Amino acid sequence: MSSDVNEPTRRDFLTLAGPTFFAVGGALTLWPFIHQMNPDAGALALASIEVDLSPVQPGQSITVQWRGKPVFIRNRTEKEVEEAKAVKLANLPDPQTDAERTKKGHENWLVMVGICTHLGCIPKGQSLGDTKGPYGGWFCPCHGSAYDTAGRIRQGPAPRNLEVPPYAFETDTKIKIG
Amino acid sequence: MSGHEDTYKPGGPVEKWMDERLPLMRMMHGQFVDFPTPRNLNYLWTFGGILTFCLVAQIVTGVVLAMHYVPSAGAAFDSVQHIKRDVNYGWLIQPLHAVGGSMFFIAVYVHIFRGLYYGSYKAPREVLWILGVFIFLAMMATAFLGYTLPWGQMSFWGVTVITNLFSSLDEVIPGLGTAVVTWLWGGYSVTGATLNRFFSLHYLLPFVICGLVALHIWALHVAGQNNPDGLEVKSKSDTVPMSPYAVMKDMFGLSAFLILFAWFVFYAPDYLGHADNYIEANPLVTPAHIVPEWYFLPFYAILRAIPSKLGGVIAMFAAVGILAFVPWLDWSRVRSAKYRPIFKWFFWLFVIACLALGYLGAKPPEGSYVTWARIFTAYYFVFFLVIMPLVGLLETPSKMPGSITESVLVGEGHKEGGGTAAAGAVPAAPEHR
Repeated sequence: MSSDVNEPTRRDFLTLAGPTFFAVGGALTLWPFIHQMNPDAGALALASIEVDLSPVQPGQSITVQWRGKPVFIRNRTEKEVEEAKAVKLANLPDPQTDAERTKKGHENWLVMVGICTHLGCIPKGQSLGDTKGPYGGWFCPCHGSAYDTAGRIRQGPAPRNLEVPPYAFETDTKIKIG
Repeated sequence: MSGHEDTYKPGGPVEKWMDERLPLMRMMHGQFVDFPTPRNLNYLWTFGGILTFCLVAQIVTGVVLAMHYVPSAGAAFDSVQHIKRDVNYGWLIQPLHAVGGSMFFIAVYVHIFRGLYYGSYKAPREVLWILGVFIFLAMMATAFLGYTLPWGQMSFWGVTVITNLFSSLDEVIPGLGTAVVTWLWGGYSVTGATLNRFFSLHYLLPFVICGLVALHIWALHVAGQNNPDGLEVKSKSDTVPMSPYAVMKDMFGLSAFLILFAWFVFYAPDYLGHADNYIEANPLVTPAHIVPEWYFLPFYAILRAIPSKLGGVIAMFAAVGILAFVPWLDWSRVRSAKYRPIFKWFFWLFVIACLALGYLGAKPPEGSYVTWARIFTAYYFVFFLVIMPLVGLLETPSKMPGSITESVLVGEGHKEGGGTAAAGAVPAAPEHR
């Protein structure tokens, strides 16, 4: 065996298999130490909430917290809904119809994650005294992004409309977010 | 550092550029690749590397746990359960740290007994040895502080009892001990304030240990390693390069150690702990039977063996502190107990005494347990203060080989006599790596 120089020896096998074993084991050991920083079971358990809409009158807004983020829920007036429907899609940086942003039969309700799609500030427009910006919806004070009455971006640096979270009407006055 | 030939050759222009500015690679090559290690080292010499691994593992798992742990009296206990149940892989990382503490002590005790048996503390390695005693002290402090953090009943009452040791200073200057204890606690009993400062210090001390370990390794590389025959390196044939010889042996030793480690983590994560620590800390109820973690039991037994509060505390601290004086207590000119026919027996008796004290430390302090604890405590100190100097003077060492190479070749000769040795089995240290 030792006369054939091209034949792999036991030592060749060991020097290959040993470090490979260590490298694979090391990489597998690394994963728990990375994954531990992902949301834990407690955080995942808070992934959905139920909201009672019955006290919210037309023209009023509430803010609820879902996964630590503010969710804007607005009972829009008929005027606001019509304004939103009248906008031409060509005028929108992130074209979406009003119907795509609401649930059929509940067009007055607008449910959005209240975080500006620019750099994560919370836009003004939920409280009565807030400035609602030039398009009558929401206005981000950080860098001047203006949203319309359907929460779509109309002006300023934000690239996308305010995000609509996954939600569903459980009854006419109760929704489940997440 | 140690005066062996510098064989580092930069592998390319980048390494050469770096070498002229910060010769880090040159130092690493000289100290951890080319470094000459005695060719007769046995597996007990792998524990230095194992301990380095333990330190790094404790810091890595500890930093991760601190990301999820809440150091407050109200939330600490629940946050540990949260880590074990909710955090991704928390069920693995928390026991790795808790069991890791025990594994660290198993390794350090083997390492210390190895040093005592083979005379690793003798000139020129006194500073190396004393640095080791400091590391041991810092480890004990870190382990004690860390055991507080789960805020169970054993945590709470362990802290209460151990911090109260300092109240014995009242016997020296009335009021001093009470003042010290109040200062340690940040209150009039162990409270959340105590927990917060213990958490802070538990996070700090491992980095102090890292610094001490760096000095320990530096001192080791100045004097060179001791070896089972306790002989100085005399020629090139007495050594082999650290890489791959010692490195591979260390890796193998570490792998075996990790199997034991993994067995505890996966099959018996709570075996080395106490059930009482699954009950949240209650300042109004002391558990029926308070015991420290197993690695403190011999010292705890010494504390309880002395029938005086201050005396017990002094004896306990002296039991650790006396190690620092061992280089000057041993008057023998021979390092290794392998060639000390009388000392060898006293050494093993000392090991038995330490194990017995560990057993007695876990037993209630009554009846014959106390008597035996006193006998073994007496032997513990007699070993260092009487036996070490006297046996060193009186015993006649057995015949020693002339060199490390000779000691190895004598062993080989026996094997060859049996006709089993492979052809070309290590006639001299290999010249090539």
